[in-house]
Amino acid sequence: MSNTISVTLTVNGKRQSITAAPDTPLLWVLREQLKLTGTKFGCGVGQCGACTVHLNGEPTQSCLHALKDVDGKQVTTIEGLSPDTSHPLQKAWLAEQVPQCGYCQSGQIMRAAGLLKQNARPTRDEIIHYMSPNICRCGTYVRIARAIERAARESGAQS
Amino acid sequence: MKNVIAKKPVNAGRRRFMVGAAGLTFAVAAGAPALQQLLVGTAEAATGSVKLNHWVTVFTDGTVAIMSPAAEMGQGSLTALPLIVADEMDADWAKVRIVAAPPDDKLYGNPAFRYLQYTAGSATVTGYFNNLRQFGAQVRYVLLDNAAQHWSVPLAEVVSEPGFAVHPKSGRRLSYGEIAAFAKIPAQAPDVVVTPVDKAQFRLIGKDVPRVDVAGKVNGSAQYSIDVQVPGMVYGAILREPMEGAAPENIDDREALAIDGVLQVVRLKYGVGVIAQNPWAAFKAKKALKVGWSAQATGRGFSNDKGYAQFAAIAGDANIKGVAWETAGDAPATIGKAVTVVEGEYRADYAYHAQMEPLNSVAAVSAAGCEIWCGTQSQTVAVTAVAQALGLPETKIKFNGMLLGGGFGRRGNRDVEFIVDSALLSKAAGKPVKVMWTREDDVHNGRFRPLYVNRIRAGIDDKGRITAWHHRVVSGRVLAFMDPVRYKTAQGRDNIAMRGTELPTYDIPHRLAEGLQQDTGIRTAPLRAIGVGQNSFANEVFMDEVAAKLGVDPVEFRIRQLAGTPLARRAKHAIEEVARMADWGRKRQGRGLGLAYLDYSGTQMAGVAEVSLARDGRIRVHDFWCVIDAGIAVQPDNIVAQTQSSIVYGLGLALTERIDIVDGAVKQSNFYDYHVPRMSDIPNIHIKLVQTRNHPTGAGQMATPLVPSAIANALFQLTGVRLRQQPLLPERVLHAMAEAGVSLA
Repeated sequence: MSNTISVTLTVNGKRQSITAAPDTPLLWVLREQLKLTGTKFGCGVGQCGACTVHLNGEPTQSCLHALKDVDGKQVTTIEGLSPDTSHPLQKAWLAEQVPQCGYCQSGQIMRAAGLLKQNARPTRDEIIHYMSPNICRCGTYVRIARAIERAARESGAQS
Repeated sequence: MKNVIAKKPVNAGRRRFMVGAAGLTFAVAAGAPALQQLLVGTAEAATGSVKLNHWVTVFTDGTVAIMSPAAEMGQGSLTALPLIVADEMDADWAKVRIVAAPPDDKLYGNPAFRYLQYTAGSATVTGYFNNLRQFGAQVRYVLLDNAAQHWSVPLAEVVSEPGFAVHPKSGRRLSYGEIAAFAKIPAQAPDVVVTPVDKAQFRLIGKDVPRVDVAGKVNGSAQYSIDVQVPGMVYGAILREPMEGAAPENIDDREALAIDGVLQVVRLKYGVGVIAQNPWAAFKAKKALKVGWSAQATGRGFSNDKGYAQFAAIAGDANIKGVAWETAGDAPATIGKAVTVVEGEYRADYAYHAQMEPLNSVAAVSAAGCEIWCGTQSQTVAVTAVAQALGLPETKIKFNGMLLGGGFGRRGNRDVEFIVDSALLSKAAGKPVKVMWTREDDVHNGRFRPLYVNRIRAGIDDKGRITAWHHRVVSGRVLAFMDPVRYKTAQGRDNIAMRGTELPTYDIPHRLAEGLQQDTGIRTAPLRAIGVGQNSFANEVFMDEVAAKLGVDPVEFRIRQLAGTPLARRAKHAIEEVARMADWGRKRQGRGLGLAYLDYSGTQMAGVAEVSLARDGRIRVHDFWCVIDAGIAVQPDNIVAQTQSSIVYGLGLALTERIDIVDGAVKQSNFYDYHVPRMSDIPNIHIKLVQTRNHPTGAGQMATPLVPSAIANALFQLTGVRLRQQPLLPERVLHAMAEAGVSLA
């Protein structure tokens, strides 16, 4: 007897059928089955945010969602944020030269994208509060905050 | 425009580095069709089908491929080293393509590590700088010499512009790509002298070129070893010995093997491996293993408390002599005759690297040998360790160096156990295996900055100057454990534990630093800023204590104590400048200011922390000012970024980060009980980079040690209470205040 289930989800706009053990975290499905390795494994317990993706449009830690609970849902990963690194946050990240080792940055950007969706012009304090679930061990926090402010400013100027 | 090169003899030692076995080590090649696959960030780097020369290949389309010998772990070396070559050869940076150099100590070793290809110690730019400039100058010489011959004009009439040789008299120009089509490369490297750094004109150095690794790090395409997938690959996880030296004695793997997707359980000398079809099954199976461990392990029964008791006894027993790390004059005798003697004892808990990418590697063992994919601080060490583990010659190991999701010293140990893991499991499985450590594995099997007890005694003369300084450092051994090969030649001197006890800029004629490193069985490693992280904490809190005892302002006291050397003048500038930035003399209600100064491998730095204290004993750092002078700044904005990073790292070590050893094993498990700084913990950080015309010195980790001492000194200014142990935990603050009878206003 095989202890697996099959679910269907939409990942970066594409329908995917996945068969795996029901308790498999979404993180491992994305990384190892769908080969979307931009989403990173950091802690496995929702403490660091390296695995942040959007689930039905909301940023969340993909290590905390079992496959059995995501049937029919929409997932956006860093690979699906923009087709050509053109999202205002990605451009701001480049302009501010944010990444160092870079390992946490997909998660940081996906979390920041969640912030800007609900709050187009966040204050510095709102940024700090919202971004604190995500750890950057290289300590790029100063530049992350600056890049979010830049993205808010520059995408505001466009609209 | 640059002027033409003088033809003068060069230092023979430098020439050997460039010439290597193949004559002048750059080549020309037609076209660049397959170059893409060699570029950094692809698994094929340095192993693809295009034959590149050892350092520079000039293609006929003008593309210039430059090898980068260092590991990229966020510090920016991947860009900074080729930039030095490109600047001196006057390449057009837009046409430069960077290629990760393959493992080869002879060709790519860092002169600062006796030509070991090892990225550590913030020693990359400083170690390679002269050789890379020299090499770049030789490439430029050859290109311009070919152009001169082509035009039949004297070489002295030819100059370069980025990517071009130019003959101003006739207005003729040839691109480097055009020259490559007909260039003859001499078998012997030309004798070329580069302009000394204090006179050199740079086109790229100091101009903030965007880092080449950053683009892939904002769209998920950057490749770390954990991202590698190869056909037929399965997944491994390893339950390791709870402490170094224990071995699995009895293994109950029935539950593990019953988990869907689990293929195999493998007994290893140091643990038990499981192999599964997917990572989740491997992790579950690892958890389900029941293993009895052998009793023999040095660390059994050890704990932080036992360590402190043992180390403090050694530190205080003058009959136990250590290994002299630094000696000048006669410190003990001078202290014996001093007008005033001050003494202090300082401690530090174990600290954990917490690089964001948990350790991992991928290996594919086959009849042909073994191919590995890993993020390592030493490419050559990785190859040697895997070859030894598999009993294969090194020529049978194919190495793929990947980006590192943080290093901080954790990935440079001689045995690279996290790489050997996948080689052993791949051999057992007969398939490629990706072995991943969970975060819990990474903490439980961590190799830490060791426990420390530092004792400093100083003698002070009747003018209030320190004349003698005796520093005894008792800690867990690091070098002997992390790199027995280097330790063999170190004559008992543990540089990882002892660095930072030397005081090159303070004018103290009698100095003795003694190393008393102990084998407690606890795993250790260099951790960002190595021994300087604790030894400088001891130094700078002690300096503050002496200043307070003498009733002298801490800024004034340090400046008075500085020597009159050029280096000390740079130190003085850093201290004065940081005091000015922080408005040092201005008292703040409910806040304290603290100063720390540090010479770290020649980099001059000073920092000031502004803190307040909550009723529950928690210290809040509101602002941190830092001045850093690392000589010539190859990538100035990146030095600022590294300094921001070092300060944030230092903040965690100062306030919250600690590992407890209980009966030889690690108590903490993950980020819920090992607290690293988050965005909400960060003070306002103000950095001033001072660019001076000196040989570049390190920048990657330099400011980390400033933070704990500056905070402790600020807490003293605020409360009058001294904290002498890292981290400055709330309970330690409250305890020290209660002992001193001080309460919060």
